[in-house]
Amino acid sequence: MKEPKQLSVSAIQNGTVIDHIPARNLFKVIQILGLDRFDHQITFGTNLESKKLGKKAIIKIADKYFEDDDINRIALVAPDAKLNIIRGYEVVEKKVVVVPDIIVGIAKCMNPKCITNFEQVTTKFRVVSKKSVALKCHYCEKITTQENLKII
Amino acid sequence: MKNRSLVSIDDFSSEEIIKVLDMAAEFEKKPVRKLLDGKVIATLFFEPSTRTRLSFESAINRLGAKVVGFSDVSSSSVTKGETLHDTIRMVCSYSDLIVMRHPIEGSARYASEISSVPVVNAGDGANQHPTQTMLDLYSIRKTQGKLENLNIFMVGDLKYGRTVHSLMMAMSRWNATFNFISPEELRMPEEFKLYLENLGLKYYEHSDFTDIISKADIIYMTRVQKERFSDPIEYEKVKNVYVLKNSMLKNTKPNMRILHPLPRVNEIDTDVDSNPKAYYFEQALNGVFTRQAILCTLLGINTRED
Repeated sequence: MKEPKQLSVSAIQNGTVIDHIPARNLFKVIQILGLDRFDHQITFGTNLESKKLGKKAIIKIADKYFEDDDINRIALVAPDAKLNIIRGYEVVEKKVVVVPDIIVGIAKCMNPKCITNFEQVTTKFRVVSKKSVALKCHYCEKITTQENLKII
Repeated sequence: MKNRSLVSIDDFSSEEIIKVLDMAAEFEKKPVRKLLDGKVIATLFFEPSTRTRLSFESAINRLGAKVVGFSDVSSSSVTKGETLHDTIRMVCSYSDLIVMRHPIEGSARYASEISSVPVVNAGDGANQHPTQTMLDLYSIRKTQGKLENLNIFMVGDLKYGRTVHSLMMAMSRWNATFNFISPEELRMPEEFKLYLENLGLKYYEHSDFTDIISKADIIYMTRVQKERFSDPIEYEKVKNVYVLKNSMLKNTKPNMRILHPLPRVNEIDTDVDSNPKAYYFEQALNGVFTRQAILCTLLGINTRED
């Protein structure tokens, strides 16, 4: 009898683990961080049981450490995400994501009459509320609220 | 302030606004001064607005500059599918300053980021129209002698009217009290009321005209437009409620003045026109002086006469 093949999604030696991503937003996180263009070894799991989120996703990226400004860009789609910084199989630091004050790109302005929905303009927002996210468009000055938030 | 754009009234600090108003007062005393001799100013009207365009072009001509541009898109390459980006890139190399009106919101901010010369927003959709706000401020200061601690009444379409939103935001810098009179469907949006609450400013909402207007320093009238109503019956019900008549002005304060961004339809009865408290036509004239001051400010022209 053959031994069942086992896939190693085990602990990484060095790198970053992003946990508590809402399962439905896993691919948005991948897109925002540009992981699809990374050469690093990446493993992810999705639709994992989570008491807090229902279904969660987890991403492990070997040999990669993010700047806070980069990682905070996922706050819009994964506000509860937790980061474990791994060195030598040990968690040496834990981080949470923080909604930044300015959001460039990522989100779409909900105003159908906004210039960003007509021409190739990179969207830009000032975050006017962080609890329930509200974004004020730099261009049309209209507010996009959490429930109307669409990721580009 | 040289080479800055004016897209939203918030782009200017209170001190900068006061400077513009002071300069406008100089132009009122002496309107024809060739301070911009040899300059070319582009007026790009992607949607027609005769009143605003004429006011700008009058200001430009009185300053001795030349105008290039178009008054609606049918006579520009926009109809060939040119993007705003490309239009602005071209025009800023032909001119020293761009005045633009565009139906899409945020277009002026975007243009100001592309352009190498200052951009003046002459209205971007329902968003901003800062030169209107500036002339409203000029009219208020001129008639009241100050901007501080005034009681401002705003009447009509307070939901969609961009002029009332910008003026409200601007006047909130000088400790104004606000009274909003509008039909239920066209009330001041929550975000603006929240803005006032955060500043600790007082505002009151009313659904009809009453003796309350005896407290007003300024009554700012706007047009209630039929197309704003989802139910035409609602429009028929309210259309005559928000009409100002001469008989209603009896108990108003002697310093009170009535403003209106124009055009009016029927919301100010013509019997008000001859009342000395009617100020809307002078207000429109003030637009030329304030636009002269804005153009000179953004081009860094010294207007002082030695």
